[in-house]
Amino acid sequence: MRRVNRNERVRIALTLNGRRLSAEAEPRMLLSDFLRHGLGATGTHVGCEHGVCGSCTVLIDGVAQRSCLTLAVQAEGREVRTVESLAAPDGTLNPLQQAFRANHALQCGFCTPGILMSFTDYLARNPKPTIEQIRDVLSGHLCRCTGYAGIVAAIEEVAKR
Amino acid sequence: MKPRPFDYVRPDTVEEVLELLAEYGDDARVLAGGQSLLPMLNLRLLEPSLLIDISRLAALDTIHDRGDAIEIGAAVTQNKLMSWAPLQQKLPLVALALNHVGHFQTRNKGTVCGSIAHADPSAELPLVLALLGGEVVLQSRRGTFTLAAADFHQDMLTTARKADELVAAVRFPVVSRQGVAFQEVARRHGDFAIIAVAAVMQDAGQARVGVGGMAGRPLLREIKVERAAEAIGAWADELEGHEDLHASGALRRAIFKRLGPPVIAAASTAKVGGTA
Repeated sequence: MRRVNRNERVRIALTLNGRRLSAEAEPRMLLSDFLRHGLGATGTHVGCEHGVCGSCTVLIDGVAQRSCLTLAVQAEGREVRTVESLAAPDGTLNPLQQAFRANHALQCGFCTPGILMSFTDYLARNPKPTIEQIRDVLSGHLCRCTGYAGIVAAIEEVAKR
Repeated sequence: MKPRPFDYVRPDTVEEVLELLAEYGDDARVLAGGQSLLPMLNLRLLEPSLLIDISRLAALDTIHDRGDAIEIGAAVTQNKLMSWAPLQQKLPLVALALNHVGHFQTRNKGTVCGSIAHADPSAELPLVLALLGGEVVLQSRRGTFTLAAADFHQDMLTTARKADELVAAVRFPVVSRQGVAFQEVARRHGDFAIIAVAAVMQDAGQARVGVGGMAGRPLLREIKVERAAEAIGAWADELEGHEDLHASGALRRAIFKRLGPPVIAAASTAKVGGTA
């Protein structure tokens, strides 16, 4: 039985984008803050902090979820993937990212990391989604710049390949 | 927007969970998917002294076909149930309702039992469990008890669960030979419903109808299909309609009057074992 008392800082180890990393956290630390402040992975953005906006979406064991609705200690020993894992080491964008660029699917880019991670999970399960399915998954994200049309177009383009 | 400090514990067995609940009672909160609990913690609406994380307990991560009912353990996520192959055939109404429960991203983590234990007045799963006459399995050191869903969900965010009890599972009766339908109105698809209506046919002329969002808990009534508009209108007028930030009581009554009759019509014309 794992037990961590309040105000006790313990070392939390997890795999982030293929690398085994650890940092200290108290029980109340959210995974979103742990990634950004504990591990320095600031690609994951924090918007609303109560699960509405979707900006902080990451993959835990391959499954897209809100990192602001997950405690760091809950992700202990898990495999976490963030937006930093998508592009190649030389900076070449992956097909989903390229489609976002080509279709004007982002403007300020704040919401983009979460949307990319959601569809990294979803397209792996359902590589040929309908436009309704794309919109349904996208409904879990808020974007204040694009009006969503460019995002849907980008995902449709990837799905057609 | 950060939680207040709490102790965190991740037991290895259900017995340990029950020990902790017996010791801490109301000061403890069970953390399963956390898709309602974490927002409440972040907003500091709740300040438990202990969180008991059951999300890794394989013993609670089971979907069990009991023949007349499907028993879903406390760690089963909404998306796991959605991708359970026999769902459409055994629990078509649950399949319809799950499409409206949160978003893909929250269903990946949010649990079926957690939604029922949270007891939001407009949540889809408590409505469907009550409408189908389902049960909640409560476990504590004192033993295992089952409660009818209608007795479990008492009011807004209020249930009959005692402080030392774990909602260990819920049981949805298998309803595969009756027409069913589900519809809701929400600000954004996947948000909590302002009004949700579900119906299941009893015989050719009669539907059992449930409405969420009108009161502190789901309300149920038997309605004749041919008099659906009249009966829903009269029912809506009897109700005050839950008032909150999202809608006034009057708006909720108006939505219910518009939404109810087509849901009943859809259930009555749905193919046997099919959905509308």
